[in-house]
Amino acid sequence: MITINAQSIAFILFSLFILGGGLGVVTTRNLIHGALYLILSLFGVAGFFVLLSAPFLAAVQVLVYIGAIAILIIFAVMLTRSMTSLTEAFNRQWWLAGLVGGLLFIFLAAGIILPVWGASSAYAGQPVSDVVATTTDLGIALVDGNQYVLPFEVASLLLTAAMIGAIVIARDDE
Amino acid sequence: MEQQCRDLINTLAACMVAGGTDPNLANLLSALLGVVLVATLPLVTVILLIWVERKFAARIQDRLGPNRVGPFGLLQSVADALKMLTKEDITPAGADRFIFNLAPIIAFAVVVLIWAVIPFTPLHVGSDLSVGILYFVGVGSIGAVKVMVAGWSSNNKYALLGAFRTIAQLVSYEVPMILALLIPVMMAGSMSMQDITRAQGGMWYIFASPLAFLIFFISNLAETGRAPFDLIEAESELVAGYNIEYSGFKFGMFMAGEFMHVFTVAVLTAVLFLGGWWGPGVEQIPALGFVYLGLKTMAVYFAMLLIRNTVPRFRIDQVMNFNWKFMVPLSIVVVLVQAFLMRITTSLGLAPNEAGDFVSNLPQTIVLLLGNLAIIAVVLNMIRNRGRQQRLADEAAAAHSDLAHPAGAPAGD
Amino acid sequence: MALDTFAPITALLVISVLVTFIILVISRIFGPHRPTTRKRAPYESGMKPIGPAVRRLPIKFYLIAVLFILFDIEVIFFLPWAVVFRDLGIYGLITMGVFLFILTVGLLYEWKSGALEWE
Repeated sequence: MITINAQSIAFILFSLFILGGGLGVVTTRNLIHGALYLILSLFGVAGFFVLLSAPFLAAVQVLVYIGAIAILIIFAVMLTRSMTSLTEAFNRQWWLAGLVGGLLFIFLAAGIILPVWGASSAYAGQPVSDVVATTTDLGIALVDGNQYVLPFEVASLLLTAAMIGAIVIARDDE
Repeated sequence: MEQQCRDLINTLAACMVAGGTDPNLANLLSALLGVVLVATLPLVTVILLIWVERKFAARIQDRLGPNRVGPFGLLQSVADALKMLTKEDITPAGADRFIFNLAPIIAFAVVVLIWAVIPFTPLHVGSDLSVGILYFVGVGSIGAVKVMVAGWSSNNKYALLGAFRTIAQLVSYEVPMILALLIPVMMAGSMSMQDITRAQGGMWYIFASPLAFLIFFISNLAETGRAPFDLIEAESELVAGYNIEYSGFKFGMFMAGEFMHVFTVAVLTAVLFLGGWWGPGVEQIPALGFVYLGLKTMAVYFAMLLIRNTVPRFRIDQVMNFNWKFMVPLSIVVVLVQAFLMRITTSLGLAPNEAGDFVSNLPQTIVLLLGNLAIIAVVLNMIRNRGRQQRLADEAAAAHSDLAHPAGAPAGD
Repeated sequence: MALDTFAPITALLVISVLVTFIILVISRIFGPHRPTTRKRAPYESGMKPIGPAVRRLPIKFYLIAVLFILFDIEVIFFLPWAVVFRDLGIYGLITMGVFLFILTVGLLYEWKSGALEWE
């Protein structure tokens, strides 16, 4: 029941970006290439946000994940010694990673297929733009005492803790 | 909204439909035409801008500048482009070929993409995104990726070092830049470029917040890697920075991208702080907006050229300290003070009314301007005190060393 | 709705990438192509290259990147707030003030601990 229109073509394209990028990340032995594949994958996620009528999140995805976190990952790769010459594609913990990944997939798939979060059909038939929140809603929700003001303030504590942690780790004891 | 925004193009489509073309095809063709126009505009201007820039630099340095090819040397950039096409394209040994070739393409595309959200006239904008500001910042942040990719894939020490430095500078100055962008967003209550421009009908934001304008301007100088922040291509230390191994037109791509970036941020400064397309008679004849925007952009652009050609280069430690110890704290203070003052003026009923004309904007603008001037006064005073302390300390140290080494006696080595 | 606003951007992306790609291909066709070992050697001011080109990154760059991410996220929290700022009242101002205060404390700590010094 999939109709071919611009939306579905874009969906398929972005899915290919995400899956192809993800596959590239786990198969390449060059860590820098891996980081670039990750960027491709993250770009696909940004595209999904666009399709879901969430341009704010799409832009944030590009800004934070591609512009900042991907750069941080590349920097982190360059901090290591053997950055581009991994000799083995698997290490001893591969089965653990595989197990966690598999379980996560099962949970997510179940969460999407089964009505765990309730009423996924409640919005069926409505245009996406009526359902999703706008940037304005987000701004109000962030500072509203009945909604997310506490997580919002805690987030600033978290950021500060991360800042101090980074300094403590990075400071070299001469 | 969307329909209205692409009015001229829609008119074209209507004409075509009237002429018997299939409506879908007509819409597609006209939309495509609009996009092609938006894409070619920066391409054409960059050729002219390189000439402007070279001529300007030459005049400042008491030279003539390009004057051989075409009238006034206008075609010099065209000749240069043709020459670059015939240059040998060298890929260094050990380079990561695919990524090496990808970098100039990203470099160029990233800058062109910003033009999609620039409102040229009240009716003409590539795409009036509701998150235009964030789009600009997001696309701009991909610039760091291009630098990293180019520096790493070149297999060259200087390139890699240059890339590290460039990224450190780019990401650092993004922070005050976004903080400064908050002020137009706060005042207009929207992140769409078109809305922000429209909200400046009564008063340009540069008057309400000259500090935000300055912070945005300075951090964009750093983002574009222009003097005094051009240490990312410091010839004396890094040879040419991250693009050292690029030759032929690939290097040309980086260079054109850089020139375009400068012009693009000049346009954005005009849009966000100088009222964009606003000007006399623009509501009657929307196309005039294009002219006004162009004039304002050129004003900003020439200011950038003037700074580039007259200010000496910073050192990397100065650049980083200037950002984290001056620009970031200052922009945080500016945002807080501005928000506080806007709150007060709104409570007192001084906020501009729906009409948004000059008179209704005046009270709030005066309050905000005074707030900005107060911050400037405090900051200048702090800098002066700091400088005085430094000088006294230096003099004390000098006096001390004079005692240790009396005049005439050879100083110990 | 979303696709409508993003279609011009996608088209712009495709066009700019295509144009650059075509130009690079043209320059490949018109330019000479005679690589020699010397020519392809990494440029090091005319000297023979010494040691590997790819070095480990100094930690200070990493620290700058971490700082940037934190401030980036902070600013992104600001943006939706700035959009609705006019309608929020004094409460919104206080909330954001607290948020900013905590982060400024972090920045001050960093300043005092000398993490911002660049040598």
